[in-house]
Amino acid sequence: MTNKTDPTGDVRLTGIAKTYGDFTAVHPLDLTVPQGSFFALLGASGCGKTTTLRMIAGLEEPSAGTVHLGDQDVTALPPYKRPVNTVFQSYALFPHLDIFENVAFGLRRRGLKSVRKQVEEMLDLVQLGEQARKKPHQLSGGQQQRVAVARALINHPKVLLLDEPLGALDLKLRRQMQLELKRIQTEVGITFIHVTHDQEEAMTMADTVAVMNAGRVEQLGSPTDLYENPGTTFVANFLGTSNFIEAEVDSKSGDDIVLKAGGGKLVLPEARCSAPASTGGKVLVGVRPEKISLTHADDAGEIPEGRNRITGRIADSSFIGVSTQYVVDSPVCPGFEVYAQNIDRDPRLVPGAEVVLHWNPAHTFGLDAAQSVFDGTEGSAGVEEAA
Amino acid sequence: MPFVNWLKRNLVVLAGLLTLGYLLLPNIIVTVFSFNKPKGRFNYEWQQFSLDAWKDPCGVSDLCGSLSVSLQIAFWATLGATLLGTLIAFALVRYRFRARGAVNSLIFLPMAMPEVVMAASLLTLFLNMGAQLGFWTILIAHIMFCLSFVVTAVKARVMSMDPKLEEAARDLYAGPFQTFFRVTLPIAAPGIAAGAMLAFALSFDDFIITNFNAGSTVTFPMFVWGSAQRGTPVQINVIGTAMFVVAVLFVLASMAVGNRRNRQKA
Repeated sequence: MTNKTDPTGDVRLTGIAKTYGDFTAVHPLDLTVPQGSFFALLGASGCGKTTTLRMIAGLEEPSAGTVHLGDQDVTALPPYKRPVNTVFQSYALFPHLDIFENVAFGLRRRGLKSVRKQVEEMLDLVQLGEQARKKPHQLSGGQQQRVAVARALINHPKVLLLDEPLGALDLKLRRQMQLELKRIQTEVGITFIHVTHDQEEAMTMADTVAVMNAGRVEQLGSPTDLYENPGTTFVANFLGTSNFIEAEVDSKSGDDIVLKAGGGKLVLPEARCSAPASTGGKVLVGVRPEKISLTHADDAGEIPEGRNRITGRIADSSFIGVSTQYVVDSPVCPGFEVYAQNIDRDPRLVPGAEVVLHWNPAHTFGLDAAQSVFDGTEGSAGVEEAA
Repeated sequence: MPFVNWLKRNLVVLAGLLTLGYLLLPNIIVTVFSFNKPKGRFNYEWQQFSLDAWKDPCGVSDLCGSLSVSLQIAFWATLGATLLGTLIAFALVRYRFRARGAVNSLIFLPMAMPEVVMAASLLTLFLNMGAQLGFWTILIAHIMFCLSFVVTAVKARVMSMDPKLEEAARDLYAGPFQTFFRVTLPIAAPGIAAGAMLAFALSFDDFIITNFNAGSTVTFPMFVWGSAQRGTPVQINVIGTAMFVVAVLFVLASMAVGNRRNRQKA
């Protein structure tokens, strides 16, 4: 149960699914979480991420499929026989026990007699040694959160499951706990599976992120990979902001696809296009707002060759310190978002100004045009409340 | 006007003391008259101090017998009602089943029904079934009307309990029994205790329903009622005072336990 050096400690989900009557919470899903990694399940409320986590914990019985921890098939095991522990969103600390007994709970249930040393060490790790004899309700939210982590970690589980553990904390404390959790994970080397609806939280902490939507994994990869090369509009919108231009495939030159959009031409590396691109077909061209440069139309001649460019008029600009966010209306895409670093601010870039937007083609990504460009935006997917 | 100022400052305390006096005056009278030595059969006028009744509480025939019957019935009724009521409360809060809403409202009917009506209908029921009236019919009736109170008390507690606590226990290697005894029960205990105490008090002093369904069995309230027709022995006051003292001690003890826990916490 405490074998940390087991080389085959991966969590493997095979064809796992969960249905409630007619409603499918999780579609058959295959997922492997490598031993020792910090893995995040990211998605909006109701996407099936918590259900998936609960199936790993054994708190939810899968309708189909299997759960493996290393070589062991744990699908039929009740939660109290699985070498897995959970940090609950509400912490679920036992109100009738003090902090010491809360942390000792798992050890005692497994019949360990002398728990004092272990509990004290664990409380020191989360810096709560002084609070051992207090009841949970006497602690602050952040302290309760650390007790919940200590209570789970003391059992040396093969996998630690975290169900929105930072959801109830305020922003500043959440940032601090993100770093803290990452530190603890690196220190103990246990596999962490972290469920969250906060894309920033997932990207800050996790090595690998699985973006879930409507009971399916939309895309899986490292945070950079997901951000720079999203495979669907949902991922593109859920992780940060994206601009989309509907374009028609014109021709191919070498490793690039040349596209037609509103009279102009755009270049897209073929490797960055996840959609089939046959000549005459439609493709959604995406680009992140911070990759785009703005140049006043009068200086259009100074823009280097080889960059993708479109024209437009600034509709709105807002100064937010490190950057200025512009909204540009362009014939090919209304409401184009551009984030410009405040290094050399051009005073002519004010609402109403005619501008050229240009960017390195390597930052362009191509998506299947047969999907809504609004998937994953706040209006369509909804933002989960930190309940 | 120092007096008016003093009154203004202490109005709340004064009102509190007066209310407390109003509540406790009957108990004081009962206690005082347990030390009386009445002339004649009625203990309604103060004559002189005496410990006679305290020295011989069972001196009146049938009094201690009826007290024992009442205590036995109250004990078993409390046990039965608390057990059933706790199970019902958990079922109503934790599970969704057909007719759950109906059960939820029906369980409160005995609380709303006039006791005398319930007593009469129970008697009709028992007679039609050919049941022998006595200890068992009283017990069945008491469990029945105590049940609603226990369910109410326990339900309030269970509803405020986070089901995630039990999941956390299971996640931390506690099997079903350990989860119940280590987490569920300790957290629900205050509600169950409140329900049980309520049930005991209700059963012990019930008169109307008991009187209808007792047959030849005599409980303590029935004994008091019966003897009040012919004369009131001082021993009744002794028993009443003793019950009051026991209750007060009980409350003090539970407060002491609570205080000690609070001090440990700090």
